[in-house]
Amino acid sequence: MEYTTKRLKHCDLIQVSGRIDSQTSQELEKVFEAIIEEARFKIVVDMSDVEFISSAGLRLLINAQKTCKRLDRGEVVLANVPKRIYSAFDLAGFVPLFRIEKDVVEAVGSF
Amino acid sequence: MDFPKTETFPGAGSSLEAINTFVTEAAQAIGLDEDAIFGVQLAVEEACDNIIEHAYAGASKGDIECSCDIVTDGLKIVLRDSGRPFDPESVPKPDLDSPLEERDIGGLGLHFIKNLMDEVRFEFFPGSGNVLTMVKRKTPAG
Repeated sequence: MEYTTKRLKHCDLIQVSGRIDSQTSQELEKVFEAIIEEARFKIVVDMSDVEFISSAGLRLLINAQKTCKRLDRGEVVLANVPKRIYSAFDLAGFVPLFRIEKDVVEAVGSF
Repeated sequence: MDFPKTETFPGAGSSLEAINTFVTEAAQAIGLDEDAIFGVQLAVEEACDNIIEHAYAGASKGDIECSCDIVTDGLKIVLRDSGRPFDPESVPKPDLDSPLEERDIGGLGLHFIKNLMDEVRFEFFPGSGNVLTMVKRKTPAG
Protein backbone atom coordinates (compact mmCIF):
# COMPACT_ATOMS: atom_id res chain seq x y z
CA MET A 1 0.00 0.00 0.00
CA GLU A 2 1.09 3.53 -0.74
CA TYR A 3 -0.58 6.81 0.04
CA THR A 4 -0.27 10.54 -0.36
CA THR A 5 -2.05 13.21 1.64
CA LYS A 6 -2.97 16.70 0.64
CA ARG A 7 -4.36 19.48 2.78
CA LEU A 8 -7.04 21.39 0.92
CA LYS A 9 -8.94 24.47 2.00
CA HIS A 10 -12.06 22.72 3.26
CA CYS A 11 -10.90 19.14 3.73
CA ASP A 12 -7.97 16.73 3.64
CA LEU A 13 -7.43 14.31 0.77
CA ILE A 14 -5.87 10.87 1.17
CA GLN A 15 -5.02 9.01 -2.02
CA VAL A 16 -4.48 5.33 -1.38
CA SER A 17 -3.16 2.67 -3.73
CA GLY A 18 -2.54 -1.06 -3.46
CA ARG A 19 -3.77 -3.39 -0.72
CA ILE A 20 -5.58 -2.29 2.45
CA ASP A 21 -5.21 -5.42 4.57
CA SER A 22 -4.61 -6.28 8.23
CA GLN A 23 -0.95 -5.29 7.84
CA THR A 24 -1.23 -2.08 5.89
CA SER A 25 -4.40 -0.81 7.60
CA GLN A 26 -2.30 -0.12 10.71
CA GLU A 27 -0.17 2.26 8.69
CA LEU A 28 -3.21 3.88 7.11
CA GLU A 29 -4.80 4.27 10.54
CA LYS A 30 -1.85 6.46 11.57
CA VAL A 31 -2.46 8.65 8.51
CA PHE A 32 -6.07 9.23 9.60
CA GLU A 33 -4.98 9.81 13.20
CA ALA A 34 -2.46 12.47 12.18
CA ILE A 35 -5.18 14.41 10.34
CA ILE A 36 -7.77 13.97 13.11
CA GLU A 37 -5.28 15.04 15.79
CA GLU A 38 -5.13 18.41 14.11
CA ALA A 39 -8.88 18.70 14.61
CA ARG A 40 -9.55 18.20 10.92
CA PHE A 41 -12.52 15.90 10.45
CA LYS A 42 -13.46 16.34 6.79
CA ILE A 43 -11.56 13.72 4.87
CA VAL A 44 -11.85 12.56 1.27
CA VAL A 45 -10.36 9.18 0.44
CA ASP A 46 -9.53 8.63 -3.22
CA MET A 47 -9.85 4.89 -3.70
CA SER A 48 -9.20 4.73 -7.46
CA ASP A 49 -5.95 2.75 -7.15
CA VAL A 50 -7.01 0.50 -4.28
CA GLU A 51 -6.63 -3.07 -5.55
CA PHE A 52 -7.85 -4.97 -2.52
CA ILE A 53 -9.52 -4.36 0.83
CA SER A 54 -10.19 -6.89 3.59
CA SER A 55 -12.44 -6.55 6.64
CA ALA A 56 -9.45 -5.15 8.54
CA GLY A 57 -9.34 -2.23 6.11
CA LEU A 58 -13.10 -1.76 6.31
CA ARG A 59 -12.85 -1.71 10.10
CA LEU A 60 -10.29 1.10 9.93
CA LEU A 61 -12.55 3.18 7.67
CA ILE A 62 -15.62 2.70 9.84
CA ASN A 63 -13.67 3.72 12.96
CA ALA A 64 -12.42 6.85 11.19
CA GLN A 65 -16.00 7.58 10.07
CA LYS A 66 -17.28 7.24 13.66
CA THR A 67 -14.63 9.65 14.93
CA CYS A 68 -15.13 12.21 12.18
CA LYS A 69 -18.93 12.24 12.32
CA ARG A 70 -19.06 12.65 16.09
CA LEU A 71 -20.66 15.99 17.06
CA ASP A 72 -21.41 16.61 13.38
CA ARG A 73 -17.92 17.96 12.95
CA GLY A 74 -17.12 16.21 9.70
CA GLU A 75 -17.21 13.08 7.65
CA VAL A 76 -15.14 10.61 5.64
CA VAL A 77 -16.23 10.73 1.99
CA LEU A 78 -15.07 8.14 -0.53
CA ALA A 79 -14.31 8.87 -4.17
CA ASN A 80 -13.59 6.69 -7.22
CA VAL A 81 -14.48 3.43 -5.51
CA PRO A 82 -13.60 0.53 -7.87
CA LYS A 83 -16.38 -2.01 -8.51
CA ARG A 84 -14.85 -4.87 -6.51
CA ILE A 85 -13.93 -2.64 -3.60
CA TYR A 86 -17.53 -1.42 -3.61
CA SER A 87 -18.74 -5.02 -3.51
CA ALA A 88 -16.71 -5.58 -0.31
CA PHE A 89 -18.35 -2.47 1.22
CA ASP A 90 -21.73 -3.79 0.13
CA LEU A 91 -21.13 -7.25 1.60
CA ALA A 92 -20.18 -5.64 4.92
CA GLY A 93 -23.34 -3.51 4.90
CA PHE A 94 -21.19 -0.36 4.84
CA VAL A 95 -22.67 1.35 1.77
CA PRO A 96 -25.27 3.37 3.76
CA LEU A 97 -22.57 4.54 6.19
CA PHE A 98 -20.45 6.44 3.66
CA ARG A 99 -21.12 9.09 1.11
CA ILE A 100 -19.60 7.75 -2.10
CA GLU A 101 -18.86 10.32 -4.81
CA LYS A 102 -17.88 9.49 -8.37
CA ASP A 103 -14.67 11.52 -8.35
CA VAL A 104 -12.42 13.62 -6.14
CA VAL A 105 -13.71 16.93 -7.52
CA GLU A 106 -17.27 16.10 -6.46
CA ALA A 107 -16.14 14.74 -3.10
CA VAL A 108 -13.99 17.76 -2.28
CA GLY A 109 -16.64 20.14 -3.58
CA SER A 110 -19.23 18.58 -1.29
CA PHE A 111 -17.63 20.14 1.81
CA MET B 1 -0.14 -25.64 -13.81
CA ASP B 2 -0.29 -29.06 -12.14
CA PHE B 3 -2.83 -29.70 -9.41
CA PRO B 4 -2.98 -30.22 -6.51
CA LYS B 5 -0.65 -27.41 -5.65
CA THR B 6 0.51 -26.91 -2.08
CA GLU B 7 2.67 -24.29 -0.46
CA THR B 8 3.51 -23.47 3.15
CA PHE B 9 3.78 -19.91 4.45
CA PRO B 10 4.76 -18.49 7.85
CA GLY B 11 1.58 -17.69 9.83
CA ALA B 12 2.17 -13.95 9.83
CA GLY B 13 0.71 -10.86 8.24
CA SER B 14 3.76 -10.54 6.02
CA SER B 15 2.63 -13.72 4.20
CA LEU B 16 -0.79 -12.37 3.18
CA GLU B 17 0.26 -10.96 -0.16
CA ALA B 18 2.16 -14.13 -1.16
CA ILE B 19 -0.81 -16.34 -0.20
CA ASN B 20 -3.07 -14.05 -2.21
CA THR B 21 -0.81 -14.41 -5.26
CA PHE B 22 -0.66 -18.20 -4.82
CA VAL B 23 -4.45 -18.69 -4.77
CA THR B 24 -4.99 -16.11 -7.53
CA GLU B 25 -2.67 -18.02 -9.88
CA ALA B 26 -4.49 -21.27 -9.11
CA ALA B 27 -7.90 -19.64 -9.64
CA GLN B 28 -6.77 -18.17 -12.96
CA ALA B 29 -5.30 -21.50 -14.11
CA ILE B 30 -8.61 -23.21 -13.37
CA GLY B 31 -10.50 -20.57 -15.31
CA LEU B 32 -12.56 -18.81 -12.64
CA ASP B 33 -13.88 -15.47 -13.81
CA GLU B 34 -12.72 -12.16 -12.34
CA ASP B 35 -15.60 -11.85 -9.86
CA ALA B 36 -15.06 -15.39 -8.60
CA ILE B 37 -11.31 -14.75 -8.26
CA PHE B 38 -12.02 -11.65 -6.21
CA GLY B 39 -14.28 -13.73 -3.94
CA VAL B 40 -11.55 -16.33 -3.50
CA GLN B 41 -8.95 -13.66 -2.71
CA LEU B 42 -11.12 -12.02 -0.08
CA ALA B 43 -12.25 -15.28 1.55
CA VAL B 44 -8.71 -16.64 1.76
CA GLU B 45 -7.43 -13.34 3.14
CA GLU B 46 -10.08 -13.34 5.88
CA ALA B 47 -9.37 -16.98 6.70
CA CYS B 48 -5.64 -16.29 7.02
CA ASP B 49 -6.30 -13.22 9.18
CA ASN B 50 -8.39 -15.47 11.45
CA ILE B 51 -5.59 -18.03 11.69
CA ILE B 52 -2.99 -15.37 12.49
CA GLU B 53 -5.18 -13.50 14.98
CA HIS B 54 -6.90 -16.41 16.71
CA ALA B 55 -5.33 -19.81 16.05
CA TYR B 56 -1.83 -18.38 16.46
CA ALA B 57 -2.73 -15.71 19.03
CA GLY B 58 -0.16 -15.40 21.78
CA ALA B 59 2.97 -17.50 21.81
CA SER B 60 2.03 -20.43 19.61
CA LYS B 61 3.22 -19.38 16.17
CA GLY B 62 3.17 -21.72 13.22
CA ASP B 63 2.68 -22.06 9.51
CA ILE B 64 -0.27 -21.83 7.16
CA GLU B 65 -0.35 -24.61 4.59
CA CYS B 66 -2.40 -23.75 1.53
CA SER B 67 -3.51 -26.35 -1.02
CA CYS B 68 -5.38 -25.68 -4.23
CA ASP B 69 -7.03 -28.40 -6.26
CA ILE B 70 -9.41 -28.79 -9.17
CA VAL B 71 -12.87 -30.10 -8.39
CA THR B 72 -15.50 -30.92 -10.99
CA ASP B 73 -16.77 -27.39 -11.43
CA GLY B 74 -14.29 -25.17 -9.66
CA LEU B 75 -11.46 -24.67 -7.20
CA LYS B 76 -11.00 -26.28 -3.79
CA ILE B 77 -8.78 -24.52 -1.29
CA VAL B 78 -7.64 -26.14 1.95
CA LEU B 79 -5.95 -24.09 4.67
CA ARG B 80 -4.25 -25.91 7.53
CA ASP B 81 -2.77 -24.47 10.70
CA SER B 82 -1.36 -26.01 13.88
CA GLY B 83 -2.85 -23.46 16.26
CA ARG B 84 -5.68 -23.32 18.78
CA PRO B 85 -9.05 -24.70 17.76
CA PHE B 86 -11.25 -22.25 15.91
CA ASP B 87 -14.96 -22.61 16.55
CA PRO B 88 -17.00 -20.69 13.96
CA GLU B 89 -20.06 -20.99 16.23
CA SER B 90 -18.32 -18.77 18.79
CA VAL B 91 -18.11 -15.86 16.33
CA PRO B 92 -20.87 -13.26 16.77
CA LYS B 93 -23.27 -12.75 13.88
CA PRO B 94 -22.25 -9.69 11.91
CA ASP B 95 -24.11 -6.45 12.45
CA LEU B 96 -25.01 -5.37 8.93
CA ASP B 97 -27.64 -2.71 9.46
CA SER B 98 -27.47 -0.72 12.68
CA PRO B 99 -26.65 3.01 12.50
CA LEU B 100 -23.02 4.12 12.35
CA GLU B 101 -22.57 5.00 16.01
CA GLU B 102 -23.90 1.60 17.13
CA ARG B 103 -22.29 -0.44 14.38
CA ASP B 104 -20.37 -3.40 15.79
CA ILE B 105 -17.67 -4.59 13.46
CA GLY B 106 -17.11 -8.11 14.79
CA GLY B 107 -17.74 -11.22 12.74
CA LEU B 108 -17.26 -9.63 9.32
CA GLY B 109 -14.41 -11.93 8.28
CA LEU B 110 -16.45 -15.10 8.77
CA HIS B 111 -19.45 -13.45 7.11
CA PHE B 112 -17.28 -12.73 4.05
CA ILE B 113 -15.98 -16.31 3.90
CA LYS B 114 -19.47 -17.84 4.11
CA ASN B 115 -20.89 -15.47 1.52
CA LEU B 116 -18.10 -15.55 -1.01
CA MET B 117 -17.47 -19.29 -1.14
CA ASP B 118 -19.89 -22.00 -2.26
CA GLU B 119 -18.80 -24.54 0.35
CA VAL B 120 -17.11 -23.89 3.69
CA ARG B 121 -16.14 -26.52 6.24
CA PHE B 122 -14.20 -25.96 9.47
CA GLU B 123 -12.64 -28.96 11.20
CA PHE B 124 -10.25 -29.36 14.10
CA PHE B 125 -8.01 -32.37 14.60
CA PRO B 126 -6.39 -32.59 18.05
CA GLY B 127 -2.66 -32.96 17.62
CA SER B 128 -2.57 -31.43 14.16
CA GLY B 129 -4.82 -28.37 14.10
CA ASN B 130 -7.51 -26.60 12.10
CA VAL B 131 -8.46 -27.51 8.56
CA LEU B 132 -10.62 -25.11 6.58
CA THR B 133 -11.94 -26.45 3.27
CA MET B 134 -13.53 -24.02 0.83
CA VAL B 135 -14.88 -24.52 -2.68
CA LYS B 136 -15.54 -21.83 -5.27
CA ARG B 137 -17.52 -22.99 -8.27
CA LYS B 138 -17.34 -21.52 -11.72
CA THR B 139 -20.17 -19.19 -12.59
CA PRO B 140 -22.33 -20.99 -15.17
CA ALA B 141 -21.88 -19.51 -18.62
CA GLY B 142 -24.71 -17.40 -20.04
